[in-house]
Amino acid sequence: MKKFLPLLTLVLALGYVGAVLVPPHNTGAFDLVGFGRLPVLVNGRIKPLDTVARTSLLIMQGRQAVSDPTLPEPMVASPTEWLADVLFAPAKADDYPTFRVSSAQSPELVELMGLTEEQTKISYKDASARVMAVADFLPRTRTRFSFNQLAPKLAELDKQYQLAEPVDAAKRTPFQREVLHLHESLVLYQRLQHSLVPPGEDGFLADLLNFQKQLPQGIDALRAKQENRPHDEALEKQMIEIGNQFMTLDRYAYVRAVPPAPDAKDQTAWSTTGAALLEAYGTGQVDPTALVYAALAQTWRQHQPEQFNHLVEESRKQLEKRFASQLAKSDFETKFNAAEPFYRSTVLYAFAFFVAIFSWLKWPDVLGRCAFYLVLVAFLTATAGIATRMWLEGRPPVTNLYSSALFVGWGAAGLCLILEQIYRNGIGSAAAGVVGFLTLLIAHHLSLSGDTLEMMRAVLDTNLWLATHVVIVVSGYAATFLSGFLALIYIFRGLFTRSLDKATADTLARMVYGIVCFATLCSLIGTILGGIWADQSWGRFWGWDPKENGALIIVIWNAIILHARWGGMVKQRGLMCLAVFGNIVTSWSWFGVNMLGIGLHSYGFMDEAFAWLVAFVVSQLAIIGLANLPLEKWRSFKAVVPRAAAPVAVR
Amino acid sequence: MNATLRQFRDFFVSLRLTVVLLALSIVLIFAATIAQVDIGVLGVQQRYFRTFFVLWKIGEVPVPVFPGGYFLGGLLFCNLIAAHLYRFKMTWRKTGIFLTHLGLILLLVGELLSGLLQDDSNMRLEEGETKNYSESYQYYELAITDTTSPDYDDVVVIPEKLLAKGDVIQHPKLPFRVVPKAYFTNVDLQRRTDAPNAPPSPATTGFGPNFIATPAPFDYKPDALNVPAAYIELAGAEGPIGTWLTTYLPPQFMTLPPQTFSYGGRSWKIALRPERSYKPFAVTLLKFSHDIYPGTDIPKNFSSRVKITTPDGRDDREVLIYMNNPLRYAGLTFFQASFDPNNDKATILQVVRNPGWRLPYVACVMMAVGLLVQFGIHLIGFFRKRRATAVPA
Repeated sequence: MKKFLPLLTLVLALGYVGAVLVPPHNTGAFDLVGFGRLPVLVNGRIKPLDTVARTSLLIMQGRQAVSDPTLPEPMVASPTEWLADVLFAPAKADDYPTFRVSSAQSPELVELMGLTEEQTKISYKDASARVMAVADFLPRTRTRFSFNQLAPKLAELDKQYQLAEPVDAAKRTPFQREVLHLHESLVLYQRLQHSLVPPGEDGFLADLLNFQKQLPQGIDALRAKQENRPHDEALEKQMIEIGNQFMTLDRYAYVRAVPPAPDAKDQTAWSTTGAALLEAYGTGQVDPTALVYAALAQTWRQHQPEQFNHLVEESRKQLEKRFASQLAKSDFETKFNAAEPFYRSTVLYAFAFFVAIFSWLKWPDVLGRCAFYLVLVAFLTATAGIATRMWLEGRPPVTNLYSSALFVGWGAAGLCLILEQIYRNGIGSAAAGVVGFLTLLIAHHLSLSGDTLEMMRAVLDTNLWLATHVVIVVSGYAATFLSGFLALIYIFRGLFTRSLDKATADTLARMVYGIVCFATLCSLIGTILGGIWADQSWGRFWGWDPKENGALIIVIWNAIILHARWGGMVKQRGLMCLAVFGNIVTSWSWFGVNMLGIGLHSYGFMDEAFAWLVAFVVSQLAIIGLANLPLEKWRSFKAVVPRAAAPVAVR
Repeated sequence: MNATLRQFRDFFVSLRLTVVLLALSIVLIFAATIAQVDIGVLGVQQRYFRTFFVLWKIGEVPVPVFPGGYFLGGLLFCNLIAAHLYRFKMTWRKTGIFLTHLGLILLLVGELLSGLLQDDSNMRLEEGETKNYSESYQYYELAITDTTSPDYDDVVVIPEKLLAKGDVIQHPKLPFRVVPKAYFTNVDLQRRTDAPNAPPSPATTGFGPNFIATPAPFDYKPDALNVPAAYIELAGAEGPIGTWLTTYLPPQFMTLPPQTFSYGGRSWKIALRPERSYKPFAVTLLKFSHDIYPGTDIPKNFSSRVKITTPDGRDDREVLIYMNNPLRYAGLTFFQASFDPNNDKATILQVVRNPGWRLPYVACVMMAVGLLVQFGIHLIGFFRKRRATAVPA
């Protein structure tokens, strides 16, 4: 049995990951999967409606599920179903609790929105759930509210928004930040509602068909009015009225759902349904895509799944003729969204970490192998995820902060697999587990700000430099972090367990040294390449920009570690402390400089992350402090250190 | 060798000094990064890096609190050279280290050179416009132009430094003295109609009396707009002619009317403008393109098609300048730097003279090869040792 454990682990892990290859299926009569795969243009990128649904929910409420804590089942089966309601049945969607207003983040906001205790308190019907709530295992207050619950106080929110908006991002209070966030969420929600058909207009399809029928006479009437000739005034008025509706749609729409005409000059310029409908006044033709969406809206509201599914299928067939490659991508993106490879990878890394730690206590060979397989599968899953993102975007792996987090974890885990293959002592797997897990957790939190596949600004738009400078620098981050985490393993095992014998300690020291060498190489070359890129695009090699300074500090820190070791200034323990401090240096360069909110290539401001950064720095300093405890306090060395044995004491 | 000299030598060649200097540079860079929030990149460059000491003002007295970039960089440089001269042995095992450090020396020299010699300016061109000069980002000059002749202008320029000093200027080409009354690096400009109760302007003529220029602190933020202003009195032999308010706003914000006057039977123009540096060739903007991603305001690309012409007709060619594809011509490099948000037919090119620009490229290759060799030797040694120990086991 014991012999087969690694193999069993491998099979289970592969099964866990392989389960995602089963395509998503519909839970009801409506073909929502097909609907979710329809492509639209948002923020300059063609993406499936499925992605729009997921990222909108993440922005608004920090999660993809729409649910109520007192209901056993989620309120919608998929994000796409929620989106369909927002787009086509707004009255229903207005009741979904999809706006995050948390008293933990800002009690003032709860007060501002006039949410009473009755509304925020969760009263569980089930007795056991009530007990769980008292014990804090279940939430006691609601943090998500519906549009209808917030609607009475929108005017107040708007006033506070006007006051908070001009304040410098770095200087906003938590209340101001939450006001801005809620305001942005509400704007996004209302823009979504205006994306395809006018919200609340149940007869829009009939209006459009009527409009189509009367269009020739209508245009004549409009022309006659312009030339001050006698005309059908009722018809002219009707034409103006529906035109105003189209204009409103065009002004507020969030997605651009109508593909460009076959003869249009710019084949990437999709337009809103509103803009496409306004074209009718010139061409005399009502846009077919807009009609299809109006019909989809009606069949959705009137619960006619056959017609709905038929329309989805037909519009797909139409798109297939001209946009086959875009459809292939957005289909794959839908599968990628459902598969959640990074989530699965996170779970596997966490398991790998615990199995590896356990292997130091019992069955080192068998459990060590299990941990290795878990890391391997997690790494391959993340690789597939990153490769998919690269294909979707047509870019090198790192294009924004989110993808840098993915890549740091990936690079560190890759190095760990090599270490583990060489040393087979579980250390590489444990380090991969913890670095992989943490970086993916960071990535998850970064993904809450919206679609992570963004278009690149012109300044950054060069694949050559993204592929070289950025990738190499981020590999340097990964390696520096890895050396720091290996040092943490050394310190924890040495201080708190008896498992750090001399051979293991020496091995760890060699690993840290090797990884520091690699980190020096990557960060130095990456930083200089960054300088060369800056020289190519701005005419200065080095400008002391915060991001550049951050990268330079990492290079210098690695150089310090190497020179201190070569010069005999530090021995094993000193090397470990320096490597742990490398964690602080790297986290500062990676995130700290972004929090300054200045510099040519800072990615954006993240205020909440600041508290975490401070906590991380403090924890690393504390560990360095612990590592400097006298050797008698180290459980692993206590037995080894003979009294007054000076030469060993300097390790 | 006597003991003091040996101590001196040991100090300069020691690795300990290297580590201490590197640690101090980390502190310096970190502090400078934080300081950028308040004083901007330019301020940091001047006060932290291109200086021997970081000075803090205690009361009114500047006190050196930390070694600056020149100090640390210089010492590191000496340390590096001294250590290599002292320990130099030409063996294969050392080639990697040697090459890496040689690359580093080159990089430091390159940085020093560009710090001393690099010159940045910009050229704003509208479609069809031709210019044979670029304009400074930082410095301004007062231009007094004799516009009497229809065929040419006769210009006397006075750099901002002299205006700030405030000494009376007498120039053989000017029939009057130039008396700089006041010079401000940044002012808030307001129309007098918006603040009727403000005290009277020191200006007596031109548009000056219609404006109120309130001195403001210089803003170092990278995208800040600093509006320089000077009150200039011109005085002929028989007494003052008048006092002008001269100021400059970038054209994308506002174009101020030209200030002209007649004196001694000639026509004159007075204006404050960014310091110009004239080129022996002219640049014409033929076409500026600027695309955004549909449905967003994210810029997708910018490019400028320009024509370069020299007066002797030796050069007359068209070039396309776009992101990451600058034009290198006559020792200058032209970059697509920016655009005018209010005018989609105008481009802003950055013009850089940096004779040392090639050094980092060479340094990069040397350091990369050096490190690869060094760590490669380590790695091969490591695997050899492992194989050797693995066999008997």
